[in-house]
Amino acid sequence: MPRVYVSSVIHAPAASVWARIRDFNALPEWTPFVAESRIEQGLPSDKIGCIRNFTLKDGGRIREQLLGLSDYDLNCTYAILESPMGVENYIAKLSLTPITDGNRTFAEWQADFDCPPDRERALIEQIGTHVFQNAFNALKSAFGGR
Amino acid sequence: MTRVVETAIVNVPIDTLWHWLRDFNSHVEWHPAIATSAIEDDAPSDEVGAVRSFSLQDGGRLREQLLQLDDQARELTYCLLDSPLPLYNYVATIRLRPVTDPAHQGGATFWEWRSTFDPPPERRAELSALVAKDIYRAGMRGLETHIRKGAGAAGATLRVARAQGVSQSDRLDTRPDSATPPRTAAAIAAPASAPGSTAGLAPGPAMGSAILIDRHGGPEVLVQRHVSVAPPGPGEVRIRQTYAGVNFIDIYCRTGYFDLVAPPGIPGMEAVGIVESVGPAVSHLAVGDRVGYACAPPGAYVSLRTMDAALVARLPDALPDERAAAGLLKGMTAGFLLHDVHPVRPGEIVVVHAAAGGAGSLLTQWASALGALVIGTVSTRDKAQAAYANGAREVLIGRGHEFLDGVRDLTDGRGADVIYDAIGRDSFSASLDALAIRGHLVSYGQASGDIGPREIGPLASKSITLSRPNYGHYVFDRTTMQRQSGRLFEALAQGHLTIDAPAVFPLEEAGNAHAAIESGRTQGASVLRL
Repeated sequence: MPRVYVSSVIHAPAASVWARIRDFNALPEWTPFVAESRIEQGLPSDKIGCIRNFTLKDGGRIREQLLGLSDYDLNCTYAILESPMGVENYIAKLSLTPITDGNRTFAEWQADFDCPPDRERALIEQIGTHVFQNAFNALKSAFGGR
Repeated sequence: MTRVVETAIVNVPIDTLWHWLRDFNSHVEWHPAIATSAIEDDAPSDEVGAVRSFSLQDGGRLREQLLQLDDQARELTYCLLDSPLPLYNYVATIRLRPVTDPAHQGGATFWEWRSTFDPPPERRAELSALVAKDIYRAGMRGLETHIRKGAGAAGATLRVARAQGVSQSDRLDTRPDSATPPRTAAAIAAPASAPGSTAGLAPGPAMGSAILIDRHGGPEVLVQRHVSVAPPGPGEVRIRQTYAGVNFIDIYCRTGYFDLVAPPGIPGMEAVGIVESVGPAVSHLAVGDRVGYACAPPGAYVSLRTMDAALVARLPDALPDERAAAGLLKGMTAGFLLHDVHPVRPGEIVVVHAAAGGAGSLLTQWASALGALVIGTVSTRDKAQAAYANGAREVLIGRGHEFLDGVRDLTDGRGADVIYDAIGRDSFSASLDALAIRGHLVSYGQASGDIGPREIGPLASKSITLSRPNYGHYVFDRTTMQRQSGRLFEALAQGHLTIDAPAVFPLEEAGNAHAAIESGRTQGASVLRL
């Protein structure tokens, strides 16, 4: 099963970063590639099991389901239900850890999924660089980092 | 239950960092609070269950046990067994994660160090702060600095062409492949810098003042010369030496009894000094480190020397230069004789010949500390007091009939369990006679002359074990050097033995130093000031 792992350092306290990304419906606010998003059936965005239905700026539509959310460990786990990417059994986890030395945040984003072997490299590159790292770059800029 | 978590971003690639951290005994090399450390029972330092016994710079002593080591998750867990502080039920975990963000050029690692423990309630805040700052944060900074300092120095000398060295015997032919990390020094080395970018900073050949064996013979064949010393190549360091130990093996080299130094060549097996420059692929030593070594190849009687870094150890602060030069070879010898050749058990009857001499003094002290009953022998009455001071229960003068009768009287006729004999020809037969049934004669020198050919049949009369250990088979690479030196430094820290101030001879009086040792009139060790 292919795995994507991306990590970065955000120059802000973990509580501040968490406040920005905790809302499962907030992708348009903090990522550069989501145009608009809604939670299906009008559920609260922190209800485990809720589904976010969002449109990418390139027009693609994705449905993802919230599997886990921890305000204690600062992480969020979700699965892809539908997407144009052609992945199966996709489960991702976004987590934050305080860096006590300097009061910064260590951010990690990991995904495991199945796909045809010939698409593995391209998908890892797409998800790792164009989605996860791209989102982290936006987060770093938002908190005044490089 | 109190929890402490300290996390940091360290600007070192994760593989390099993990290489150090997974070695449960490496903390002595990078943690500023730690003075000495050794793994108990000579267990590998990455064996789950291994216990590290260590002392702090302030003298405190601790023991910790490795509970979990995971190369996949890059995580290890350990607990405290003994500590001067009330950190009850202390269990700590170190976890590493890579920082993949390309903004962190050159590699960076997220390092988490966490623990839980039960302190007395009134000391909770104080102890939490101590663990977080003085242990975890200081350790994180210490290892980062240690790696970057070593790697930086390696980068600076990467592109230097090798010049002709002092002598060919000055360098080991084979690169030892040590068994404990950080063993693959090459894996830790800094990435290559741009060609030519740092060549201007690199050291070149330099001059040193040396004592050479001009030809085989008496002390008069030792001559002083200036020699060119090569800059350190890969895996090497160049040391500005302060003192070299004078040992009996140097005399064997000089006379030609041992074929270790081809004239003209430099003798000497041990020295101490300050690291002056560091070659590529050396990560455990940095410029300015106070270090010592005691091993083949000979070549220590010189003020500047290029050495295989794997065989060089950092010295504990509490051990002054001249005492280290006097005691490294003899101390590590005593260490492997008492732990590896014949592991001495409490209550054993141990005979140490020349119990006031260099190695004999240390053997007597250390064997006594291990709980053995030590019978020392000395050649003259005035040395007996020194042997008693070393902890010998009884001291016998001479090695003739008085010796044999003495041992029998003291053991109710049973004889000694083990005899450490570096006298050789004059004591060998008496030593065999003085052993108990299934006794062990450890013949590790021949100060009085070669033992000559012997029949082994008579050994069966008491099922005697005979050992003829060679130092070079106990100290020959980074693992064995770390093990033997670590054990010695640990024993010194615990006060099991002390290394006395040696007789100091100026370099140009090396001949006098040899003559004094050969005459048998020295008490304790001798060193040359370089």
